[in-house]
This record gives sequence, C-alpha cells and structure tokens, in this order.
Amino acid sequence: MKNKGISAIFRNQIFIPLAALLLLAVFNLVADPEFFKITLGYNAAGNPVLSGYLMTILDYGSELAILAVGMTFVTAASGGQDISVGAAIAIAGSVILRVLCGRDSRPETLRTSFLVAFLVACVVAALFGAFNGLLVSVFKIQPMVATLILFTAGRSVAAWINNNELPIISDPRFAYYGGFIPGIPVPTPFFIAIAVVIVTFLLLKFTNLGLYIQAVGINQKSSRLNGLNPTAIKFLAFVLLGLCVAVAGLIKVSRLSTINYSVIAKDIEMDAILAVALGGNALGGGKFNMTASILGAYVIQFLTTTLYKFNVQSDALPAYKAIVVILLVVFSAPTVREWFKNVWKKIVPAKTAKEVA
Amino acid sequence: MKKKILGALLSVSLVASMLVGCGGSAPANDPAPAAQTEEKAEEPAAETAEVAEEPAASGELIKVGIINNDPNESGYRTANDKDLKATFCEANGYDASFAYSLKNDEQIAAAQKFVQDGVDYLLLSAADTAGWDSVLKDAQAEGIKVILFDRTIDADPSLYEASIVSDMNKEGDTAVSWLASQNLDEYNVIHIQGVMGSAAQQGRSGALDKKVEAEANWNIVTQQTAEWNAEKAEQIVTSVINAGDKFNVIYAENDDMAKGAVAALDKANISHGVGKDVIVMGFDCNKWALEELLAQNWNYDGQCNPFQSSYIDAIIKDLEAGKTPAEKTVIMDEKGFDAATITQEDVNNYGI
Repeated sequence: MKNKGISAIFRNQIFIPLAALLLLAVFNLVADPEFFKITLGYNAAGNPVLSGYLMTILDYGSELAILAVGMTFVTAASGGQDISVGAAIAIAGSVILRVLCGRDSRPETLRTSFLVAFLVACVVAALFGAFNGLLVSVFKIQPMVATLILFTAGRSVAAWINNNELPIISDPRFAYYGGFIPGIPVPTPFFIAIAVVIVTFLLLKFTNLGLYIQAVGINQKSSRLNGLNPTAIKFLAFVLLGLCVAVAGLIKVSRLSTINYSVIAKDIEMDAILAVALGGNALGGGKFNMTASILGAYVIQFLTTTLYKFNVQSDALPAYKAIVVILLVVFSAPTVREWFKNVWKKIVPAKTAKEVA
Repeated sequence: MKKKILGALLSVSLVASMLVGCGGSAPANDPAPAAQTEEKAEEPAAETAEVAEEPAASGELIKVGIINNDPNESGYRTANDKDLKATFCEANGYDASFAYSLKNDEQIAAAQKFVQDGVDYLLLSAADTAGWDSVLKDAQAEGIKVILFDRTIDADPSLYEASIVSDMNKEGDTAVSWLASQNLDEYNVIHIQGVMGSAAQQGRSGALDKKVEAEANWNIVTQQTAEWNAEKAEQIVTSVINAGDKFNVIYAENDDMAKGAVAALDKANISHGVGKDVIVMGFDCNKWALEELLAQNWNYDGQCNPFQSSYIDAIIKDLEAGKTPAEKTVIMDEKGFDAATITQEDVNNYGI
C-alpha cells in the first residue's frame, strides 16, 4: 500500500518541478548555505525591504509565473507555443508609457492614472493576442509560425507607438509595481503574481474552461462532436495570454520606469515555454497542471539566479537552460519511460510480485 | 469602451499598412532608374545630366543614398538617424533616400538599388564589416562616391572617399584614465559588458582589462555581460550585493546597464555618485543619463558621438568643390563628462 503511495507521487505531474527545485536547493545548500540568507534592510528611499537570493527569485520569478499561466492555456489548447510574448510585452509596456506620457517623453505630470494606462494596455495586448489567436484558430496556422509574425514585428510596433522616443516616468509611485510598496518588504511582483494565480484558479474552479481547453487539446474533432467550439476556445486561450502579457508588461516597465524596445523582456518567451515544459505539461497540448507550470517558472528563475551567483557568464545561461530542456525532453519520451519502467521492474521484482499478489 | 476598441483596431490596421509600406520601401522615389543608369554608363561623371532629370526645377539637389542600421536599435541610433535626416534635407540642397536594416545582406541589396538609382553619394553604416567589395566596386564604376560613417568595413580604402568613425578604444581609455584620476586607494570594479564581440564592448572592455592587469590595487569583482540590458545588469549587481562582496566602482558599458545597476544599489541602500560609496560610470550620453550626472547620482558618462552628419556634409562640400578630403579617416571628437564639472548646457548640447 505504501509503495503505491510513493509511485503515485512519482506519477504526479508536480513531481518534476518539485524534484528540480529540490535538486537546486540541495545543490545551493551544499555549495553555499549563504544562498538562503534573507536580510531585512532599507532601500534608498528609507523603506524596509527584504533582500537575498530567495527574494530575487521571488521577484523575477513572478513575472515569469504570470506568463507561464497564459502560456499553459495556449499550449494546452493549441498544442503549440506563442513565441511573441517578449515582443508583446514591449508593445504593452510601450502602450502604458504612451498613455501616461502622451507625446511628451519627459512629462512633468502624468496624463491619466496608472489604472487607465494599464487597462488600455490590457485591451491592446488582448487584441494582439486575438490576432495570434485568429491566425491559429481560424486560419489553422501552426502557433509558432503564426506568432513568428508578431515576434518579428512586435518591437518595431512598440517603438512606433511611442514615436521612437524613450519616455521616462519620474513619479516614484510608478516604480511600486516592479519594486516595493513603502512599508511592505516583499517585492510587489510577487503579490501581483498571487493575484493572477487566484483569478486563474477561480476561473478554472468555477467555469468549465479548464475542461474545455483540455478536451480541445486532446482531440479537437471529438470535442467538436461533443458540442464544444474548438476555434473559440483556442482563440480565447490566446486572448488570456494577451492579458497575462499586459500584466507582465506593467511589471517590466515599472522596474526601470522606462523602456528599451530592443531589449525589454528579451528571450522571455523561451523561459515561459520552458516553465510550461518543466511543469511536466505536454507541449503537444491536452492535459495541463497549472500549479506545476507556476512552480516551473520559479524553478527557472531559481536556476538563473543560481547561475548568476556562481558567476556564470550571462550569455552562457541559455546553454544551461538548453541542458534542462534536453533532460526534460529525453525523460518525457515514451521510449525512455518504457525503458525506465523495465529497469525498475528488474531492480525490484520481489516487491512488484508481492503487490500483484 | 467601444471607441477604445475601435481606436485600437484602427491602430492595428495602421501598423499593418506601415509594415506593408516598409516591406517594399527602401529607395523608391526615382521615376526612371533604368534610363538613368544607361545615361550614367555613357557619361560616368555627369552630375548635370542627372539634375536635368529631376522632375521639378528643384535647383541643384545632390542625391544621396543613406544606408543605416535600424533607428530602434538604441538611443544612439535614434539620435544618429535624426541628425542625418536634419542635415540631408532639401533645404540644405540634398535629395536623400534612406534604407534601414540590421542585416548585412539587406543593406547590400539596398546599396545595389541605390547604385542602380544613380545617387551621387552613398553613405554607409555597415551592419557587418565583410562583403562590401563588389557593390562598392559597382558604385565606383558608376562614379558614385562612398562615405562610411559610424562603422568601418573590411574593404580596400580606395573604394571609399572617407570614413567618419568613433574610436571605441579611445572611449575606453578616456573613461579608465578618468577613473584612475580619482585616486582611490583600491579599485574594486563591477564590470558590466555589452554584447560580447561588438566594437563598443571590445573597445570599452579592453581599456579596463589592461589597467586591471597593470595595477595591483585594481580588482575586478565580477565581469559579466548584460547584453546592453538594464534588467540583466540589475540582476548581476544584485547577485554581487547578495554575495556580500565589496565593490566601489560600477563600470557599465552603456547607460541602460548603468541604470539597472543603480536600481540594484538603490534597493540595497548603497549610496552612489559624487562623494558617495560607489562610483557609477556609463557610456553613450543619453540625456537622462547626463541629468543623473547633473544630479550627482552618477559620476561619469563617456560620449559616443552620433552626430556625424556635419562631418559628412563638410566632406561632400569639399568633394563637390573638387577638393579631396584632408584625412581619409576622421575620428570624431568624443568627450567624457564628469559629474563634478558637468553643466546644464552640456546636457542640452550633448545629450542624445
């Protein structure tokens, strides 16, 4: 009976990111326990802030977690990935700054409230998501190819929105979203991520969205025969990702209170896709586990921060992430799994025999 | 709400039309390129024949084809493009066409088009140093004069009239000698590099590397590339702070990365700027960066001069008058600004 419990844990999807997290944690614990030190200090503005490697992970992992939520929906529904999220973040961020600053790149006073700017960015990002969704669901273009369009053009569009200017917002309150709210020592992106996660889980709990998305991802034809509309559901998944992009865009531009169109959120799409993969979700669509994806996002940031700590050249980071991808792909391949199962049976033949009996 | 959606839709369609426009853009404002090339072949140096071809009697406009990198690439490039557009306009006697690309092959294709169109001058900021020989030979055969700006190429110098470039090594040397003049007891430097292999990175890193090797009291705390990205720079500096390593200089190879580094310092309440714990150095002289200098939050900013157009203009005027330029390679005058001496005037004049 006990054995069955253990194998259930192994089979559980969340096992993969948890194991990876544990592996990284143990590695850091052995290499340098200082990694886990968190200190309470004060920032330059005199507000209390917690600092330490773990806080960095919480901070930067959060925007990745938000993107992973949207990317999981898209992956599950369409069986493909959106590679344009980095460019779309540039667009969303650019829209936020454009609405706040107007034509003036160095405004004395802001045009509107942050909320209005954010909502406009949500609408625009959702529209670009809808554009991707339209290509994928209606025109049946492969997701990676369809989103390649925005991947290529997005950053130019972002620059065009602000007329190639680089607006800077001097209002310190704008920096709260990517930094700290005075008096609260935990980075704000973490709270934003929690809010997004709560909304997502409510959505999955109280609507049939999760079920529908999985049904469409597993078998489009049979889900249509069962009265679902696969086109609409795929489209919706891309729009949801668009909204996640808008939230991540807000955090990104808030971090530095400005934007750089060519480098903002560069290569973040790869990290977001990797988070979904690390969560053990099938990249070919179908069943998904949202918790695992979110955990996967923090694991990726854990890895990045660990590599930074050990002074690995940052242009070599993608190579390390590539190793993770290779391991994931290899271990999730059916032939390899079969082989492992056989090896496992050979190692513990007695136990299995007992269990059968 | 409806209006907003409508507006957004409109903007999307605008973007689409813009993109379509870009697709076939490059230099497309000549009515009869083929005829002109024929004429040119017969009479290689006939500028007058070409002027006569101008549709309206617009005087003696000099036709220039300008090939540049994408203006979105950086603040430097945006300023560079603006400066070129301001100089090479009809009011100054120029008929200019622009082509932008970050890819060498696209730039070469644009150059071929300009040669076919029969421009008088070809101004070129090459994305890559290699592969330009054949198109420049074509240009020479057509009597088109080539002037390089911003970046040099690997081609025989006889193929171009002049090149106006920044000396990145000198930029690095200026910055490092400024830092040496601060006479700190010990230099513990966080060195944040640009995209590895770029001319700017090599020049700016080289000077510091040499100095660190030569002096006993200069140490590198960490040397990392943040690929011109502010957020990566922030993570790198945060990592050093978390590790508890001591440092007193941040040498960032552009302004964006210096800004990211400063954000990390602010979070950890480490003071920076004139007379504070950490010296902050940046490059490129963005206006906002010079304002940080003026506010004494940063210490130094090295200029990378994007304003080549006045030099180019002078050279073209010389060539038109039949004089050859005094120097084949013009190295632009570039300054380094010190927060202790910078003035508002400097910010206005040199900020990009």
